[in-house]
Amino acid sequence: MPPRPAMPVFLLRQLAVGAEHLARTEENRCHLTIIAFDELKTDYKNPIDQCNTLNPLVLPEYLIHAFFCVMFLCAAEWLTLGLNMPLLAYHIWRYMSRPVMSGPGLYDPTTIMNADILAYCQKEGWCKLAFYLLSFFYYLYGMIYVLVSS
Amino acid sequence: MDLRKLCITKTDDQHCPVPNQLMHSSDGQGYSPSAPGSYSHQMPAKVPPHQSSGQFNYGSSQIASQLNNYQGPGQILSRVAPPSGSPVQQVGSAPQVLPPVPPNSAAGSSAGSFGAGPPGLSSWPYGQAPASHPAGSPTSHVAHMAGTAPTQPPSSLPGNTNPPGSYQFAASPGGPPLQNSYMKPAPAPRPVTQPLPPVHPPRPPLGPPPVSGPPLIRPSTLPAAAPPNSSVPQALLNSAASREGDAASTASDGSMVQNSYDAIEGGGLMATTHPSAATPNVNMSRNVGYSYPNLPPGYQNTSPPGAPGLQAPALQYPDGSKPFHQPPLGPNHLTASMGTLSLQQEGLRPVNLLQERNILPTTILQAPVPNLHEDIQKLNCNPELFRCTLTNIPQTQTLLNKAKLPLGLLLHPFKDLSQLPVVTSSTIVRCRSCRTYINPFVSFLDQRRWKCNLCYRVNDVPEEFMYNPVTRAYGEPHKRPEVQNATIEFMAPSEYMLRPPQPPVYLFVFDVSHNAIETGYLNTVCKTLLDNLDLLPGNTRTKIGFITFDSTIHFYSLQEGLSQPQMLIVSDIEDVFIPMPENLLVNLNENRELIQDLLKTLPQMFTKSLETQSALGPALQAAFKLMSPTGGRISVFQTQLPSLGMGALKSREEPNQRSTAKDIHLTPSTDFYKKLALDCSGQQVAVDLFLLSGQYSDLASLGCISRYSAGSVYYYQSYHHKHNPVQVEKLQKELKRYLTRKIGFEAVMRIRCTKGLSIHTFHGNFFVRSTDLLSLPNVNPDAGYAVQMAVEESLTDMQVVSFQSALLYTSSKGERRIRVHTMCLPVVATLSDVYSGADVQAITGLLANMAVDRSVSASLSDARDALVNAVIDSLSAYRASVLSVQQPGLMAPRSLRLFPLYVLALLKQKAFQTGTSARLDERIFTMCQVKNQPLVYLMLMMHPNLYRVDNLTDEGALNINDKTIPQPPILQLSVEKLSRDGAYLMDAGSVMFLWIGKNCGQNFISQVLGVPNYGSVPQNMTHLPELETAESIRTTTFIAWLREQRPFFPILYIVKDDSPLKSSFLQNMIEDRTESALSYYEFLLHIQQQVNK
Repeated sequence: MPPRPAMPVFLLRQLAVGAEHLARTEENRCHLTIIAFDELKTDYKNPIDQCNTLNPLVLPEYLIHAFFCVMFLCAAEWLTLGLNMPLLAYHIWRYMSRPVMSGPGLYDPTTIMNADILAYCQKEGWCKLAFYLLSFFYYLYGMIYVLVSS
Repeated sequence: MDLRKLCITKTDDQHCPVPNQLMHSSDGQGYSPSAPGSYSHQMPAKVPPHQSSGQFNYGSSQIASQLNNYQGPGQILSRVAPPSGSPVQQVGSAPQVLPPVPPNSAAGSSAGSFGAGPPGLSSWPYGQAPASHPAGSPTSHVAHMAGTAPTQPPSSLPGNTNPPGSYQFAASPGGPPLQNSYMKPAPAPRPVTQPLPPVHPPRPPLGPPPVSGPPLIRPSTLPAAAPPNSSVPQALLNSAASREGDAASTASDGSMVQNSYDAIEGGGLMATTHPSAATPNVNMSRNVGYSYPNLPPGYQNTSPPGAPGLQAPALQYPDGSKPFHQPPLGPNHLTASMGTLSLQQEGLRPVNLLQERNILPTTILQAPVPNLHEDIQKLNCNPELFRCTLTNIPQTQTLLNKAKLPLGLLLHPFKDLSQLPVVTSSTIVRCRSCRTYINPFVSFLDQRRWKCNLCYRVNDVPEEFMYNPVTRAYGEPHKRPEVQNATIEFMAPSEYMLRPPQPPVYLFVFDVSHNAIETGYLNTVCKTLLDNLDLLPGNTRTKIGFITFDSTIHFYSLQEGLSQPQMLIVSDIEDVFIPMPENLLVNLNENRELIQDLLKTLPQMFTKSLETQSALGPALQAAFKLMSPTGGRISVFQTQLPSLGMGALKSREEPNQRSTAKDIHLTPSTDFYKKLALDCSGQQVAVDLFLLSGQYSDLASLGCISRYSAGSVYYYQSYHHKHNPVQVEKLQKELKRYLTRKIGFEAVMRIRCTKGLSIHTFHGNFFVRSTDLLSLPNVNPDAGYAVQMAVEESLTDMQVVSFQSALLYTSSKGERRIRVHTMCLPVVATLSDVYSGADVQAITGLLANMAVDRSVSASLSDARDALVNAVIDSLSAYRASVLSVQQPGLMAPRSLRLFPLYVLALLKQKAFQTGTSARLDERIFTMCQVKNQPLVYLMLMMHPNLYRVDNLTDEGALNINDKTIPQPPILQLSVEKLSRDGAYLMDAGSVMFLWIGKNCGQNFISQVLGVPNYGSVPQNMTHLPELETAESIRTTTFIAWLREQRPFFPILYIVKDDSPLKSSFLQNMIEDRTESALSYYEFLLHIQQQVNK
């Protein structure tokens, strides 16, 4: 269901454009994550370096997504918000249960080469990439719909 | 140690990579076989006459530095073969030919742009690469291109250009090493140049005899599939172009350094044609599509799309291989042995555990023997070094899942060996695609080619490998020591070094706070160190240094010319710096007196110290800074919880909650030590931790410093020089062993396995650098490792699989060495075979490792449940799918009859037990030991051996060095086996109990214990007196023999009925019930109930 046209067009447009940008950013991060884990698997990079590149990207992604949810909340986009809530909850859970680390991030170079964890991280990357991609098109559709119908 | 050394040196100056020339500047002496003219007839292009006159040097017992072998006048051979020497006879057999000018110069110039280039270039003319690898072949084929009609369809051009383009995506982010570009065209031409891949089976058949057939036949069936001749120039251009691109990306992300490091062992950039890093790149490009996301690196060349590539080399050898009848050698009998797969009937016979009362064998359980032909088994690796949980490998992951048994390896790679063949050779023969070292389980297709047993690629036998230094015969590559020994050590040439081998560097870091001085450990340590200063492994380059710390850090300048050591105190622990770094680590030989002075005065220097704080973190940082330029070993002695500066910890132990399995702190509270350990690992520094502590010291956090830097942890609970004298002796003995044992520096270990298997998880103390590479700044002979494996692809068309571990290290003498172990195991298709080949000790060992991980990541109770479930699952799977007749009772395959007992033992072990007052540090120390001990010691710790010692006889005794060592039978661990009129010795690995029954024979008490009667046996007796009686000699030699076999020193406690240690003794009675754990019989009933559900 597209966003309701009853919304102030201005706000919606802003929101949609912003969302698009952000969605792209997140996609990029997921993409990067997938590539990164693939590199690890194929023996390219030292896990320490890889984790050092990936870890600083985790929090921004989560914060952007959270910011997103707040915007949807402000715009009273209940459906979109509902779609994003599970991921938000997952992010919170994931960050709460991260390994003991002093810096920000999720990935621990000493455990990342464990096949289970590597496979999990890779799967997580794929799923989130798919989710962000779909939501990107959904937001795009919402924006166009609003523009056209106003 | 008797090292048998074989040295084979080939004159190969002109084409050595640059660093090589340093070592090989002049070489060749001794044996010089006549030029094998006869072979040049058979393999004209491979043995051009001017190359065959290599000189060999063979010394059967050289102990001196191997560099000596390179001395002497050498004959310098020019390898710049004129192009005319090439297609003399056959079209397809010109691999030795030097590339003609244009491609050669192109390769040369591009190779010059990166470090690893020259080696690759140098071995080109050698012909290995071109001969068997399409990727490497361009240059060589150009030579005879004119002679052969270009069979190549023009479509090969797109074939070449396309792949790099389409794979660009993958290549750019990773910044693959430059050398990869050599390989890039490799996968591309295959589909085009071999138009007939579907005709052939995707994987070559394994059984060697059949294998030698196909290459002979194929050429005739595949005339058009000749080498990708016409594609050469394009390929070359391509590779050059993509190399440029790669160079840019590499530079930008700076991953080059690691790559080249990785490649040193695994890759071996040099010595052979293609940098190993090349292979991953191929993977990479393929993986973008995620069609083979899980293939281990290095094995993809031969995965189905690459399979035609296997035939390509065969095609190029039609003529060379014809005249050869394959010499009979080990693996050839594989097929025969497979036919006689007689399934170890005895191993299959089910056992009803509930009925079989005396299930424990009375002698030490031996590892099961893999069901291989005896000729192969004879060559197989010693199970003490390399052991697999399933000696019959299941064909598929489905079958493995059905069996519910873990598949994995247990390694003890650096074990002290009495017999170890050492080979010195200028080229180490390895598979060109997966970098496997040549081993007894490869198959020789003919005298000139061998087939890798891990990736099934056909490789050339280098010229010098044809000469067998043992028999001094030519043309017997299959009788070389490399092919006759599953465990072998290579002297690595300079290509295996990133930097000159480091000197042995030892740094000792002592805690000198008030608490530490109180325990009096410093005295013992300094004295032991003083006594063993000459025995420290090393050479004239050995360096040593000392740091002490309390709330400040004290350095000791041992500068030459000083009359006494000078102490430098750094009190700024927030930002540690190193005062005068050059004099803190000094040469041991040149400054021996100063060092001895320091060791003598050190224990007295702090006796009046009232400082109670401990700044361990900053001291470690300082030690790391001091060591990082060289690498080496840091030995840290710590007696309390670090309380100052970085890495300060808080007490987390709550004594009241010890009994509950929940909420115990097994995870580190800070990642400071882990991060520091990773830094250390990067600089080739290992940290060994000696924790001598009465109170809680948070070993869970502190242990990380050793765990990830490949060190070891020693824990002496409640160490005190007066109150706990047995601990002093233990520390002394173990420290002596620690100081004098062999040590390997800047080591890496890679584990390879047959394509289709993959490594899942590693267990042990190290840092995992990549999917199959462990970084071990130090490696010591007392460390064990475990690896979980997975079956990724079906192994249906294989009869055997192999595993190879290669440990590259710098010895204390400054030599770079590679120790290689190879193990070969049969593949089976049925569940009953899998069960019959199960190795219950290895399974238990691996499960223990997995349980430690589980208790850290989840919880202790989770881990315990998982252990119990492992038994239940495997036994119910056995019941459901193997047993045809459902019998009552609890049936187990004979091979697994001890499985429930061992798992119960694990559950009652300190690491996993509940409901007792195990201290947290003690529990964590046991977990560290589970992870780091080799299987033999681990088994003893889990399931102690119980012997009756009051009636020892010489019957069946061992005779070692004129000493008769009695061998009493092993008893079950149950109180019912104890009799009041006997004396029993329980050997629990790191501790021994001698239990004296109340009515023990007077004879034993007086003759062995040296006291008149039972009542006068002292309460805290920990030593047996050396008496001149036969009984005493028997008992003491037996105990001494048990102690000798392990690297740690078990304390002997003599336990009477009323002594306080009786409870610890009884706790090890695994088959009995304790207040919180089931007895063995109850445990069996519980399992039966679950299995029969």
